[in-house]
Amino acid sequence: MADVRSYEHDVLVIGAGGAGLRAAIEAAAHGAKVALICKSLLGKAHTVMAEGGAAAALGTVVDQDNWRVHFRDTMRGGKMHNNWRMAQIHAQEAPDRIHELEAWGALFDRTADGRINQRPFGGHTYQRLAHVGDRTGLEMIRVLQDKAVHAGVEVHMECTVIKVLVVDERAAGALGYFRETGRFALFRAGAVVLATGGIGKAWQVTSNSWEYTGDGHYLAYDAGAELIDMEFVQFHPTAMVWPPSVRGILVTEGVRGEGGVLRNSQGERFMFRYMPEMFKGDFAATEQEADAWVTGDRMKNRRPPELLTRDVVSKAIVKEIEDGRGTPHGGVFLDIASKRPADFIKQKLPSMYHQFKELADVDITKDPMEIGPTTHYVMGGVKVDAESQMSTVPGLFAAGEVAGGMHGANRLGGNSLSDLLVFGRRAGQHAAELAKRRGRPPASPRAAVDAAVQGALAPFERPTGENPFAVQAALQDVMQRKAGIVRDRSGLEQTLAELERLTERARHVGIAGSREYNPGWHTALDLRSLLAVSEMTARAALERTESRGAHTRGDYPASDPKQERRQVVVRRDADRMTVRWEAQPELPADLAKLIKEGA
Amino acid sequence: MSEQRRLRIFRGTRSSGELKEYAVEAGEGMVVLDAVHKIQAEQAPDLAVRWNCKAGKCGSCSAEVNGRPKLMCMTRLSDYPVEQPITITPMKAFPLVRDLVTDVSWNYEVNKRIPGFRPRTPDAPDGTWRMFQYEVERPQEFRKCIECFLCQDVCHVLRTHGKHQEFIGPAFLVRAAAYETHPLDVAERRDFLKTEGGIALCNITKCCTEVCPESITITDNAIIPLKERVVDAHYDPLAALWRKLTGKSND
Repeated sequence: MADVRSYEHDVLVIGAGGAGLRAAIEAAAHGAKVALICKSLLGKAHTVMAEGGAAAALGTVVDQDNWRVHFRDTMRGGKMHNNWRMAQIHAQEAPDRIHELEAWGALFDRTADGRINQRPFGGHTYQRLAHVGDRTGLEMIRVLQDKAVHAGVEVHMECTVIKVLVVDERAAGALGYFRETGRFALFRAGAVVLATGGIGKAWQVTSNSWEYTGDGHYLAYDAGAELIDMEFVQFHPTAMVWPPSVRGILVTEGVRGEGGVLRNSQGERFMFRYMPEMFKGDFAATEQEADAWVTGDRMKNRRPPELLTRDVVSKAIVKEIEDGRGTPHGGVFLDIASKRPADFIKQKLPSMYHQFKELADVDITKDPMEIGPTTHYVMGGVKVDAESQMSTVPGLFAAGEVAGGMHGANRLGGNSLSDLLVFGRRAGQHAAELAKRRGRPPASPRAAVDAAVQGALAPFERPTGENPFAVQAALQDVMQRKAGIVRDRSGLEQTLAELERLTERARHVGIAGSREYNPGWHTALDLRSLLAVSEMTARAALERTESRGAHTRGDYPASDPKQERRQVVVRRDADRMTVRWEAQPELPADLAKLIKEGA
Repeated sequence: MSEQRRLRIFRGTRSSGELKEYAVEAGEGMVVLDAVHKIQAEQAPDLAVRWNCKAGKCGSCSAEVNGRPKLMCMTRLSDYPVEQPITITPMKAFPLVRDLVTDVSWNYEVNKRIPGFRPRTPDAPDGTWRMFQYEVERPQEFRKCIECFLCQDVCHVLRTHGKHQEFIGPAFLVRAAAYETHPLDVAERRDFLKTEGGIALCNITKCCTEVCPESITITDNAIIPLKERVVDAHYDPLAALWRKLTGKSND
């Protein structure tokens, strides 16, 4: 066999953000020997950037809140496309997961009576987000990181997985390489948990870091698992647009949660004009009412329309800009300075204050921010069993952003951090139990390992081949232009044709230099995942001839009742990507009634 | 608006290396990390650099810009005069991996050794606690730490004297302070801080506070109060007087 170092564990967790860490902690608590693989250093995963908070119906601020209201908000926000059982489990278990974090040392902001404070957010009926200023993700990842380390989880940092190994149609480990040395490592395991996050690096304007190349989506696809809902990509409404080098960096929804308003270049609070039928009656009808909700009685007044769901707000912003009411740098204004005192803004949104001051010379306590949409999150992902998080490949689990179903056609802000905890825990538990039942992992298929190693090293044999960064940039360009917020048939067909050409170019990229910490090589390997997830998104988006949630077809602007609760399933068939339609199971009568009539 | 900037970047390994100069077209608002990425994408695909969030939140892209420890993603090119080249070198307090990337694994080993969080028994029958905002604000300052390790890099105990075996460094004194000031925590860390932590080695020059990108008042708010706690536990003035008078140890 090629020069490959071998490890053996009960459970292998790939990805060390919130979901991966929570899975590793739970698997260790069930007695499993656990390895956790980080693509970056420990504690730098994308969770660290989450700002606004974690949604859980704790009822510490509004007594009336409970899992039923949270479930209903999640389903309506997801345009009824969610896996109902996941949405139910999530709403029911999120409060316990938040309290558990506090028992492990998390320091959330407090209410006046000393309990966990909760902040309002888009699409949530009541104040529901447990938070720490605007750096909730940092607090969460630090607590989980220390808990995992003290639980004896073996951590492998700066290691990228390139293949999940399947033996007798079951997941049996993974092959990866360490960035520092360029050496390969084989992790044999009784069960594998994918917790690799999302695919946002396939677009040019994105809030996602270099890691977010859809590795887990690709690994699952390559292993033969099914993926669902890949057409549903969330474009977060508020990111920086100026200066050019910071375009896409996230501006937390917390700004709007704390009273920030959206205005066009004419000074109009335009969101009042974009109220969807489903939510009429739930939101303030006038600026006076919206302002009274922000600073006064939240039970007597209704929420400002800036707190509509992200899909609605993003599309409204795009429309304003398209119609010529955008800002000089192609965004709209987000203004909190005129609504809240400077001290309040600095206390509630310290990192936003810092970010604008340092990177854009804007003082958000005095002036409005210029913002526009950015690629943020993929609702689609590996198809999993709601209870166990196991994919259609036995022994292969997925949790967090890489798993599909929970968020339907649009995710509510704050539901991701709680999703990571709830389903990370379940995946860890079930993976540990399965690994225990299976006993020691089988020997790895030598031919498959050798072929994967050889494939990964191939770019070094072409030192004069094309620069992988150029192929990556071309891919981001086509996805941004043709598979972005608004899509249509011809654009998506052009995307698929262009992806085919890019796949060919990717086969000929070349690398100079050594295997030691060589970013050109890493980018060459990531191209495979990026190309696969881009194709999945384009194919699924082409199939869905309607607009629903985050998926908007310019040529099919309305929702089609015939496509409701039906989903596009993607799968590998030999070397070809296949798509098929599948109907989701119907909601139980009591839950359907709850959604219709209110909780 | 774009102008040409010159960057001198360290290229090399533990055994050999040199500063290499690159010219790059710089647009408005560009930060040092943007310039490094542009060079990587267009001129030197194997230029090793660590980064993640590009928004000052993850603490990955630490390096030295004109000799000052900085996050490259939060350092704007326009802060430096256009006629001078900007010099970018890896952090000096850690072993080099390649180019701008250093081996920071020592920090993770240190963190493992700090006694972890242990809460008092819950305050309410439902297993939850009550804490007030004024109580959590003090540890929250320390929880802002993004583990960029710039304070470790600048600390002369580590940087100049290489006492990595005897001293955990400002970053982990901050971590210990976060636990020690946590309203619920009841674990004992004073022995650890005195012995393995080597807290006495800090002679409060405050360099760490100056470089912290999160503006944590490391020396005044974290280290000095910890030193006081350790002294309170370990230093008994009467016993010291006895030792001085008799020349005997009273251990």
